[in-house]
Amino acid sequence: MTPLLAAAQPSGLAAYIPLIFVFVLATFIGLDVIRNVSRLLHTPLMSLTNAISAVVIVGAILVAGYEGTSDQPWWINVLGLVAIAAASVNIVSGFLITNRMLKMFKSREPEKKS
Amino acid sequence: MSPEMRDALVQLTYLVAGVFFIFSLKWMNSPQTARRAVWAGVWAMVLGIGGTLANPEVAVSSLPWIAVAVMVGGLIGVPLSKVPLTAVPQRTALSHAFGGLAAGLVGTAKYYLWLQEGGENLTTFRMFAISAEVILGFLTFTGSLMAAGKLQEILPGRPITFRGQLIVNFLILGGAIACAAGLMINPQWSFLFPVLVILSLLFGMMLIIPIGGADMPTVIALLNSYAGLSAVAMGFVLDNTLLIIAGALDGSSGLILSIVMCKAMNRSFTNVLFGAFGSVQDSVGEDSGKTVKSASPAEAAEIMEQADTVVIVPGYGMAVAQAQHRVRELYDQLTKRGIKVKFAIHPVAGRMPGHMNVLLAEADIPYDDLIEMEEINPEMPQVDVVLVLGANDVVNPAAKNNPKSPIHGMPIIEADRAKTVLAVKRSMKPGFAGIDNELYTMDKTLMVFGDAKAVVGDMAKALVGESGMH
Repeated sequence: MTPLLAAAQPSGLAAYIPLIFVFVLATFIGLDVIRNVSRLLHTPLMSLTNAISAVVIVGAILVAGYEGTSDQPWWINVLGLVAIAAASVNIVSGFLITNRMLKMFKSREPEKKS
Repeated sequence: MSPEMRDALVQLTYLVAGVFFIFSLKWMNSPQTARRAVWAGVWAMVLGIGGTLANPEVAVSSLPWIAVAVMVGGLIGVPLSKVPLTAVPQRTALSHAFGGLAAGLVGTAKYYLWLQEGGENLTTFRMFAISAEVILGFLTFTGSLMAAGKLQEILPGRPITFRGQLIVNFLILGGAIACAAGLMINPQWSFLFPVLVILSLLFGMMLIIPIGGADMPTVIALLNSYAGLSAVAMGFVLDNTLLIIAGALDGSSGLILSIVMCKAMNRSFTNVLFGAFGSVQDSVGEDSGKTVKSASPAEAAEIMEQADTVVIVPGYGMAVAQAQHRVRELYDQLTKRGIKVKFAIHPVAGRMPGHMNVLLAEADIPYDDLIEMEEINPEMPQVDVVLVLGANDVVNPAAKNNPKSPIHGMPIIEADRAKTVLAVKRSMKPGFAGIDNELYTMDKTLMVFGDAKAVVGDMAKALVGESGMH
């Protein structure tokens, strides 16, 4: 895969400057968004970010599905498959348990408001 | 479709997925929108995976294998999502371990793949990113396994320390960094790579060995951050923006949570990681000999019945005793009598951030009554009764009054300022940090000894019985 904005084909670190931009800006967004998360929800937040960080499955799929030269050792793809399984655990359990916990958070019964 | 077109579409899908991830976290800012957050996250993940499968680099022949791997993961994941809520901290730690393992394995696979192809793809920058991914991934893997083991009490929860621990740890980390530097100079020195992996695995273990149970909230948050950063490093290895965005979000989340935890304990990162909390005790027995007054659950119930406001301070002891449903019964009985009941939640109560809130929500306590420490403290002098339930260090006045105390400076819930204090405890044994608590020997304090679940159940029963007689 070629780096983003590869048209000019810069070499070394310069090729990665756009990605570093993405990283820095995403971190700022992250810090700001997370700072506003209710403290009430810090446990579900953690299981949610758990599921989100399982986005590494993207990399795992790229490795597991990579067909290189014929002398490529088979175990490289196997490493990718194990990584897919590990990430899937987090995707499935992370989203399910977050949803389960969030369902429990209820406001005071409406009859008290009336 | 031309390859460029396809590539552009994949990138656009990643962009949309990244935006959804941001919305997902944004919607966590209030319980009303939080359910939507999960769906945004699920859609982002579906888009991310879909976009990747559409990538021409993924061989069609590998798709069945990928499906099998996903299914295996799903089969493990479903039961992991059904654990009791008291076990959520260890489940979270275990998930960090899986995340770290996945990142470490992908980094390893990428290195050997590029090496076998001749190594021209292993530029210095890529080698740096791979090393970062492998070090962070594998140290998160073993570190989180250790944390999960301690939380599940398979491993001893007490900090384990030995002479020269710090030096050994720095040597291990230094060795790993030296290997990484060597590989950056010449990626063909492939003998360094297994050493890098082993040292990273070892470092993760050594990092958690000296950390005690009371510090677990911070450590879990920190490991969360590492898992995110390893995803970022993977993004740099694979030139993948989605990995960088999602990893950065995850990394900053872990970072903020660990800062919140550290502040709530008045400690620094270095102190949490290298301090071995609870192993030092300067002021043992200074106040011993003071008598404590105790009350039966029925007497305690009577005192609460006379009150206008009751504040309950839950702690890890409530979680261990699974007492949250009994607490709900007590809450019902008291509110039925027009008594205002609130819960004072300390940020580090429990074994992970927000642990108490989830347990009380499970018992159907409305979240409007779960009050944060900073909000409840100014109200404390007006509170008639504080019921301390399995909490200890977070209500210890020594944090304010005793400069010699190891927890001095830590913000606490000021239960000592309430008119009456009821403290439910198994015995007079000091809490996790091993520090005496002068709250228990104050004149206005009554101890109610016993298992939190049984005691609170008896209190509720006493109130039910009484209202039956009227």
